[in-house]
Amino acid sequence: MIWPILGGILIGLSVSVMLFFNGRVTGVSGITSSLLVKSQESKDWKVAFILGLLVAGGILYAFFPQHFLQTSIATKIDYIMAGLFVGFGTVMGNGCTSGHGVCGLSRFSIRSLMAVLTFMIFGIAGTYLFKLTHGGL
Amino acid sequence: MKNIVSFIVGALFATGLVIGGMVKVQVVKGFLDIFGQWNFDLILLMISSVLVHTVLFQLIKKRPTPLLDTKFHLPTRKDIDKKLLIGAAIFGLGWGWGGICPGPGIVNLVTGRVESILFVISMIVGMLLYKNLEKLQQQKVKK
Repeated sequence: MIWPILGGILIGLSVSVMLFFNGRVTGVSGITSSLLVKSQESKDWKVAFILGLLVAGGILYAFFPQHFLQTSIATKIDYIMAGLFVGFGTVMGNGCTSGHGVCGLSRFSIRSLMAVLTFMIFGIAGTYLFKLTHGGL
Repeated sequence: MKNIVSFIVGALFATGLVIGGMVKVQVVKGFLDIFGQWNFDLILLMISSVLVHTVLFQLIKKRPTPLLDTKFHLPTRKDIDKKLLIGAAIFGLGWGWGGICPGPGIVNLVTGRVESILFVISMIVGMLLYKNLEKLQQQKVKK
């Protein structure tokens, strides 16, 4: 129980550091999707953020591989479907768990609150449908 | 300097995701599986992250500008439209189906597993798909 709380505190701190220094919202889907298209705005800070995710992820994976993706009954097709839905939906809805969830809710944005309620309800539905069709999680 | 901050933020953010359990598909699905053996761990992660940022957001916003930029780049939209809700619903279905959202998806690349690479490639394809659809739609409106 202590680990999710510590993880949450670290996430809350990191997005606050981003706002305090760079004045930016830490939305992972927005950062990723804006790297895919041409724009006049600087992309360097976005690339640096993704590199930070990967470098820290790599170091942690070396010590705690059990905390990462593990074998489950989900097939490769399941991950492709999930990825397509996550990519399409986050761009259409302007955000994901970090942008709408952590950053939006903390700003008391009603728009983000509606997005979070919607993706939580449909997230529960998605897991339910997966369980129904696969017989497990 | 901005880039160094972003790098550190990315590293801290990933560490939070990993120690909090967000990178593990089973934990996320266990959290969304409210009709099964509900694992409420992630609600603690969400509450603590939002609480910390809510307090710090108020303090940071007292400053006229961020430390390294001339202004805060905060979203200004307040409207709740169909696009927001349908997009969030599609994202939710994918999140529930795979147990991975964008941040953990990218962090999971370090495992080198085929599943994690397929997820990120498909996520990028999905993003481009919507961006192009939107462009087509805008061109139609102009005509």
